[in-house]
Amino acid sequence: MSQAETLPTPAPRPGVLWQLGLFRSEFITVMRRWRTLALLAVLTGVPVLIGIAVKIDTNGGGGRAGGGGSGGDGGGPAFIAQITNNGLFLVFTGLAATLPFFLPMAIGVIAGDSIAGEANSGTLRYLLVAPAGRTRLLLAKYASVLAFCVVATLVVAASGLIVGAILFPLGDVTLLSGTTISFTEGLWRALLIAATVALSLTGIAALGLFISTLTNSGIAAMATTVGLLITVQIVDQIPQLHAIQPYLFPHYWLSFADLLRDPVYWDELRRNFGLQGLYVAVFGSAAWARFTTRDITA
Amino acid sequence: MEELPAVISTHGLTKRYRGGQLAVDGLDLTVPRGSVFGFLGPNGSGKTTTIRMLMGLIEPTSGTARVLGEPMPRAVRTVLPRVGALIEGPALYGFLSGRDNLLRYDSADPTADPRTRRDRVGEALDRVGLAAAASKKARAYSLGMKQRLGLAAALLRPRDLLVLDEPTNGLDPQGMREIRSLVRSLAADGTTVFLSSHLLDEIEQVCTHAAVMTRGRLITQGPVDALAARSRLAVTTPDTADTVRVLKELGVTDLETTADGKVTGDLPPDPVPDLADLNAALVAAGVRVRGFGLERASLEDAFLALTGEGFDVAG
Repeated sequence: MSQAETLPTPAPRPGVLWQLGLFRSEFITVMRRWRTLALLAVLTGVPVLIGIAVKIDTNGGGGRAGGGGSGGDGGGPAFIAQITNNGLFLVFTGLAATLPFFLPMAIGVIAGDSIAGEANSGTLRYLLVAPAGRTRLLLAKYASVLAFCVVATLVVAASGLIVGAILFPLGDVTLLSGTTISFTEGLWRALLIAATVALSLTGIAALGLFISTLTNSGIAAMATTVGLLITVQIVDQIPQLHAIQPYLFPHYWLSFADLLRDPVYWDELRRNFGLQGLYVAVFGSAAWARFTTRDITA
Repeated sequence: MEELPAVISTHGLTKRYRGGQLAVDGLDLTVPRGSVFGFLGPNGSGKTTTIRMLMGLIEPTSGTARVLGEPMPRAVRTVLPRVGALIEGPALYGFLSGRDNLLRYDSADPTADPRTRRDRVGEALDRVGLAAAASKKARAYSLGMKQRLGLAAALLRPRDLLVLDEPTNGLDPQGMREIRSLVRSLAADGTTVFLSSHLLDEIEQVCTHAAVMTRGRLITQGPVDALAARSRLAVTTPDTADTVRVLKELGVTDLETTADGKVTGDLPPDPVPDLADLNAALVAAGVRVRGFGLERASLEDAFLALTGEGFDVAG
């Protein structure tokens, strides 16, 4: 047979492009799913609901803000009272309201589905014989889950900012420590907070990815991840279990409020970042160890 | 063709699943370069497990596998860009169009040039006759269209080896014919095609070589002609009794007479008599001959002789 037809193997181009092509395809694929759009729609809706609830409540003449958002299960900061004075606080309230469940649940769904969903539909085997490379595919998957963390957080923040600007006055921001800063600086702090919230989600993203490598059922992986989140959040509320609570990934989540102090109180923020880093390292390695040695039978 | 290195070669390839089930047992498979290689066996005989091991999806329990001269699964990254594969039916993203499905698979290949991606995807769609349905969501595709799209994914780049697992599954007769002619044209371009099937006539029609597997073991492999070579002499005549007598005198063995007036038998191996002489002898003895010739045993007969069981039996 003619050897002229057989092309010489092109050497795989290393470097950034090697990673980026698959990551882009991965992220676009995730964002084109209806499920993803539905999750983002729910996340958009939370600040809208809180804003409207607060607006109605103030128009009704005082009383407690009910229903809309309890600012993070009682343990959270008291942003909600500030919303009527400054719409920017709807961003903080929105993030505080979604961080305990809505945001991590969305991340859990996306991360849990990432490998298991592809295995379920059989597309995983075709990606691997393409050949995507197992480590490369896992990295692309995790990167796209992280990108979704950023997108989801920004969606909540943007929705909060827009609704806040429409329903309430904007202006100088009075911090939790009593200092007043300009609105522009307030916006910077909001961006910093959004970044912190997105970083807070990296732990559960790694956990979800690991769970996703364990099974061939996307639904099972999503349910397990979200179930674990709920369990951990409950354990984090039981006083008798305080000994293990500092090791639970959501334990320092609401520390982002410390960014609204002057000077910023870094202690818990640092602990939060350290904890997330630990979860990423542990579950990231576990996911890698599992995925690179596993038989792909689906 | 004999002297060229094998495209696929395995030695003692074995896979035992965690449950203890032995799916593939000591497989020694050799696929010559440039062949259209039929990989035959009933459902559950270990074909797909073998293919998954060759593609680096499953780690063998023991034994070795080389694809395009490189060890698998270690050389996955250098070998698989030169291999197109359709494994256990197509798998698609239902919410993406046919074209976007191919774009996604192509971007998973780190050695595929992103600049030529759109063109190559278009060509692959053309080649399998899906160009008109390229923008349709894959969810809305029929089984046959999905199968074609899976094939298109295997054809995104020029390949040295195509591994096609049951490629005509779900296709209508017209579609089957198209796939067969596609396989032939690819083979004519120098691509080695490794084709698994449980349809014997499909293998017989397109393959130059074949291997037969049952219950995880390889029973035989070689050129299709050699596998099905047990040709028998067949004479159609109203005078069956005379025919049997004359042929027996001439050394033909294992003579059988069928109800519709046909006598078949094995030719003496050494020396093989000239068929014209046999015919002349029959006519000289007053036998009225309606039909005369060699009847090639089908691969199915060969398979039955090898396994002693029907083809639909799951191993």
